[in-house]
Amino acid sequence: MNRIIRWFAMTMIIIWVVAPFIPLWLWSFSLRWRFPNLLPEVWSPRAWLYLLKPSSGVLDATIDSLVIAVVVTVVSVAIAIPAGRALGLYRFRGKRFMEFLILAPTIIPGLASVFGVHGLFLRYHLANSLVGVILVHLISSVTYATMVMWGVFSNYNPEFEEQGRVLGANPIRNFRYVTWPAIFPGIVVAALFSFLLSWYQYLLTLIIGGGKVQTLAMLLFNFARSGDRPVAGALSIIFMIPALIVLFVTSRYLTGENAAVSGLGGGR
Amino acid sequence: MKASMYLWWARFYSKGKVWILLSPALILVVFLFLGGLGFGIAESLNYMPIIGLNDPNFDAYRAIFSDKGFYKSLLLTLHVAITPTLLSVACALAFGLVLRQSFRGKKVFTFLFSFNLPIPHVVGAIGILFLFSQSGFFARIGHALGWMDMPAEFPIIVNDPWAIGIIIEYVWKETPFIGVIVLAILQSIGEDYEAVAQTLGANRWQRFRYVLLPLVLPGVLIVSVAVMAFFFGDFVIPAILGQTYPAVLAVEAVKDYTHYDLRNHPIGVAQALVIAAIGTVLVFLYMWLNRKFVRSDG
Repeated sequence: MNRIIRWFAMTMIIIWVVAPFIPLWLWSFSLRWRFPNLLPEVWSPRAWLYLLKPSSGVLDATIDSLVIAVVVTVVSVAIAIPAGRALGLYRFRGKRFMEFLILAPTIIPGLASVFGVHGLFLRYHLANSLVGVILVHLISSVTYATMVMWGVFSNYNPEFEEQGRVLGANPIRNFRYVTWPAIFPGIVVAALFSFLLSWYQYLLTLIIGGGKVQTLAMLLFNFARSGDRPVAGALSIIFMIPALIVLFVTSRYLTGENAAVSGLGGGR
Repeated sequence: MKASMYLWWARFYSKGKVWILLSPALILVVFLFLGGLGFGIAESLNYMPIIGLNDPNFDAYRAIFSDKGFYKSLLLTLHVAITPTLLSVACALAFGLVLRQSFRGKKVFTFLFSFNLPIPHVVGAIGILFLFSQSGFFARIGHALGWMDMPAEFPIIVNDPWAIGIIIEYVWKETPFIGVIVLAILQSIGEDYEAVAQTLGANRWQRFRYVLLPLVLPGVLIVSVAVMAFFFGDFVIPAILGQTYPAVLAVEAVKDYTHYDLRNHPIGVAQALVIAAIGTVLVFLYMWLNRKFVRSDG
């Protein structure tokens, strides 16, 4: 009985992981694939070649996505390290309220604030610009990165820094050689998290970017609705590359059943 | 005097340090998040002194709440938020219980199980679209097996009134997310409690219901709340896999906000705020219900 259940569960896991990706690959290499056929009638690299053409806008969108995501990642981690330290290591008056404030963006959807942010940005000429998009991406990225660093600092022992100080290390060296190595795995998770959140962001980019900022996520959404299945399939696969890199990195850095990896489920 | 000065300084420093550390994150949250919410509230009340709108009113909210379509959208949104959350939790528990046993290939399957954690929802949606549409992959398999002749015979699963396509995508994506948490909790619990329950005569179901579930549920509660809040405000997946009308509230709000007629702006903003308010209430209600459920039977 137990065996049968296990076999069933394992089969389900394989279907779960493989099924949605089969038609993506098949469509991406098809030129014609009409209804009852299980495989494309005419195979072709058309969709892939189209995506490589400058006129498809994929290259520009990739660059925009990368620039935005990298800046968002660096800034998020830089903000999250001190914030996570404050929440994880110290007790102070008003702490609960601060926790609530910083975690609020995880419960209240971005949709609720983005229209207001758009109004504000229109006044300060940040709408329809890369900077505006980066700023609005930061809201959720900083929140999640702070959550990760908060967890890291909850299990962190600051007495090692004390020892470094006693041994004559200045604050910079102390951070570089004591704090940084201790929190590095957490920083990797926070950074990957922030990167993916920004890379996947669609709605905030649409509203704040106003169509002037074209990221890969927006291009993919448009193709998903346009009905050009080969191109949507091929672009989906390109869009997933960072996720695959993340899978690879996390499986090496955070071996085995590490709960921290699960944080990456936030990949929206 | 000197000692008290020193004490004061030490206190100020230790207190101030926390705020210095927190300030960048706080500035961001206050200006962008709270600022955005506040500006949005003003906009939804038609109060924008800069462009000469000085008389705040509730017109936008009145327009929403007197519209029958809004209630249809609201029901659909609640369904799309709650149903997949419960299904994902159930699936995650089932997979967690199987995966915590020791067997050959456990590591491989645990990795496979967590494979789609970082995969984007959009890609999942496109995959589901290609699999479940009426001329999709499953319809073709059905044809090959001789179950059907025409695409129209395949059930409408994508862009359907019951939001089945959306639910499939959500469960597909979030089950592993909740499942990995379940697995981590189960592993930290160990098997001692169950062994005790067994010697006391608890059967399989009782061991699950009265020993494991109360231990797992608090952790599951936290992640599933985050998941539900996401479902409630999500735009992309319903836009791809949902029907056109009535659509989910988030889709309606974006439609109104990006409408060429600027008079629809406040309605879109108001709708987004209503989503946020109901979503927050829903989150607290869900947490309250779960706590009650765990405590009364624990």
